[in-house]
Amino acid sequence: MLEHYLSLATKAIFVENILLAYFLGMCSFLAISNKVQTSVGLGMAVTFVLTITAPANWAIHHYFLEEGALVWIGLPNVDLSYLNFIVFIAVIAAMVQLVEMILDKFSPTLYHNLGIFLPLIAVNCAILGGSLFLVERKYTLMESTIFGFGSGLGWFLAIASMAAIRHRLRYSNVPSKLRGLGITMLLTGLLSMAFMAFSGIDL
Amino acid sequence: MALLNKKSQVVLKDPLMNNNPITFQVLGICSALAVTVKVDTAIIMTLAVVFVLSMSNTLISLLRNFIPSRVRIIVQLAIIASLVILTDQVLRAYMYEMSKQLSVFVGLIITNCIVMGRAEAFAMQNKPGQSFLDGLGNGLGYGIILIAVSIFREILGSGTLYGFQIIPSAFYDSGYVNNGLMVLSPGAFIILGLIIWIQRTVYDIEEN
Repeated sequence: MLEHYLSLATKAIFVENILLAYFLGMCSFLAISNKVQTSVGLGMAVTFVLTITAPANWAIHHYFLEEGALVWIGLPNVDLSYLNFIVFIAVIAAMVQLVEMILDKFSPTLYHNLGIFLPLIAVNCAILGGSLFLVERKYTLMESTIFGFGSGLGWFLAIASMAAIRHRLRYSNVPSKLRGLGITMLLTGLLSMAFMAFSGIDL
Repeated sequence: MALLNKKSQVVLKDPLMNNNPITFQVLGICSALAVTVKVDTAIIMTLAVVFVLSMSNTLISLLRNFIPSRVRIIVQLAIIASLVILTDQVLRAYMYEMSKQLSVFVGLIITNCIVMGRAEAFAMQNKPGQSFLDGLGNGLGYGIILIAVSIFREILGSGTLYGFQIIPSAFYDSGYVNNGLMVLSPGAFIILGLIIWIQRTVYDIEEN
């Protein structure tokens, strides 16, 4: 059982990296990755929120929205799964707000570090994408949590390495029209190729 | 274009090339690339985005004077999410195979920055007619890039175009092989990077 979870985590972090293999969370990736410190902050916030929203959305899907989920209040034929999108996005927005409030109260230093990024995260594709993937792949609660954490960590890894690469890039002579977005896309391609070297690893 | 006055023409045509949402505004790259392995999925995705973007722009613009600015993000999200649900249900009902292939990426139109971005930047300040054209223009501008990337990826990666064989089988007999990298994610990043480079050279735009 442990092996299964470990393999799921490796897959989410490296092989099927949510950013480099599924292109999720590209907008904030491109906008933030020019500074290492802010990238690390955002990466931590994404990991945190994904780890919380994945099991929360799993529970809501499993107990309220799935076909036949409402059997416990005597409605076995109701299928509310078309509401998935709107409910998930609401849960994510609410969770982000909640996390922000809790952090502000109990850990002001962490809040100070993550603070400005938390509101941005509500509309990060990676968070909603994580929730939609766990429904599509029919994960269990434990698997969803691990998948959420792994995806977040994978995203963190990708943005942190890109920020480090872009930091070094400042000293190189990139063709003027390729600067900024163009070279970042090409580098992401190379990074994604590097991460593909992990495919085939099965624990 | 005699139907539209000058300002409307600019609103519609600008995002197609010289203010393209993907290559210049850097919006909406998230879900853009995953559906570009084949041209047909890219076309359906384009239609879905054009529909959601033009309708959401129109609706938000109609409601712009009634939305309190403190809760505007959540109101915008609710409108966009409803439109996306509608699109997803239609796709499931009439094009089931296609909706399976697009998988989670139709749902991800909700968090596509392009939709929120245009709502915030344009629809909240402009009349419904103009906002509709802005949505249409930006949706199509997004689609042009999507389809361009997918044409390269399909020809180089599978040797086909819209499902038809393009590379003659004589090539394969003499040792030509499809570039497997194009089907995988790095191909999309690299092709988009090159398209951005070409486009910025043509329109002479620089970024620091």
